Amino acid sequence: MIEIQNVSKWYGDFNVLKDCSSRVDKGEVVVVCGPSGSGKSTLIKCVNGLEPFQEGVISVDGTSVGDPGTNLPELRSHIGMVFQNFELFPHISVNDNIGLAQIKVLGRSQDEANARAMELLDRVGLADQADKYPAQLSGGQQQRVAIARALAMDPIAMLFDEPTSALDPEMINEVLDVMVELAQEGMTMMVVTHEMGFARKVAHRVIFMDEGRIEEDATKDDFFGTPRGDRAQLFLSKILSH
Amino acid sequence: MTSGFDWQVIVKNLPFLWTGMQTTLLLTVLAIGGGVIGGTILALCRLSKFSALSWFGGSYVNFFRSMPLILVIFWFYFLVPIFLGRPVGGFYSVLIAFILFEAAYYCEIIRAGIASVGQGQVYAGQAVGLNYFQIMRYIILPQAFRNMVPILLTQGIILFQDTSLVYVVGLHDFLVTADIVANRDVRLIEMYSTVAVVYFVMCLLGSLGVRRLQRKYSL
Repeated sequence: MIEIQNVSKWYGDFNVLKDCSSRVDKGEVVVVCGPSGSGKSTLIKCVNGLEPFQEGVISVDGTSVGDPGTNLPELRSHIGMVFQNFELFPHISVNDNIGLAQIKVLGRSQDEANARAMELLDRVGLADQADKYPAQLSGGQQQRVAIARALAMDPIAMLFDEPTSALDPEMINEVLDVMVELAQEGMTMMVVTHEMGFARKVAHRVIFMDEGRIEEDATKDDFFGTPRGDRAQLFLSKILSH
Repeated sequence: MTSGFDWQVIVKNLPFLWTGMQTTLLLTVLAIGGGVIGGTILALCRLSKFSALSWFGGSYVNFFRSMPLILVIFWFYFLVPIFLGRPVGGFYSVLIAFILFEAAYYCEIIRAGIASVGQGQVYAGQAVGLNYFQIMRYIILPQAFRNMVPILLTQGIILFQDTSLVYVVGLHDFLVTADIVANRDVRLIEMYSTVAVVYFVMCLLGSLGVRRLQRKYSL
């Protein structure tokens, strides 16, 4: 589904991604972790072409992301993405946040879009919030709306870029619950997160990144059992110790 | 000069002064509208990743911001008829001059407004498959204009005052009509005082409106 082959990226002189290769198969849940600044957010933004990369190939469902001939808006409309800071559109209602791209990109009618929005809001437990504006919701609620907005496009895969990092602790679980449910339904997911509980529960594989390199790419059991590198062990000991 | 402050001359000439004020207001409103549209297009040019477009936008802004407004008004008064091959009248030549001149200033305001909307919003729009124009139209510009309303209106108040420069091409705006009455009836103090008070009150009302909007939209 998602294939990443020998991808390198520079910001000016700074080499942010170094020869990264991995893949996410259909129905697979892959968790990407690593210290901050290791390039994991950049890598996931390369997958749907939000960030350009200079070397290597990324393809999603057979379409090359870096190819100048690729219709990126069309490709992105099939890949859901959820951001660390939610990035709901603050000037329109929750219902319109979920409806906008359905109408403008998929060509659905207002009624169809509303129906789909309600269905998804119900699913994330926010059916009564459709007419509110994003600023009137808590962080956890906003992130669940953001997930609904992505799902409204009927994506073939979902990308999550640190979806719980900006949340107060008591709101993390309400978002993770939605993600776990999604994973259990067989959604293809690539998730940048430090939530190792989530990884243990639903991940098939875990990728560990450090300084722009993919240092570990292992099945969940291997990763939590015996990570091979020192850095991954050090990282795990730090985030699992409390 | 006749002695004493003659209120009658003001009252008597109110209908005539109103015709001048209509020209002033029409010019202001149309120039703001045209300037904002032109400024938005220029701002999108300046922010474009195509270097030819951003070069054009940058040069345009720098050029017009280096010109005195009155020179631009003169130019278009003489140049527009030459280009079109027929006279267009003072009003339209001045309107075009104002729009083109103000567009340069509005461009910079709108550029700052667009920059005030975070990159994350662009990412979010891209991620759901919207194209560049849809992201601008539905996500970035609505938020940018909301942030910009006070400063756009402030620029509009300045423009309202600047329209008085049209006297150089003989257009009968508010100031010119008052000037005509002042000289005809030899009532200079009355008429110039009236003009000053009217400009002051209108600009004050505008500023108060801006302040109210600022409070309303300061989220």
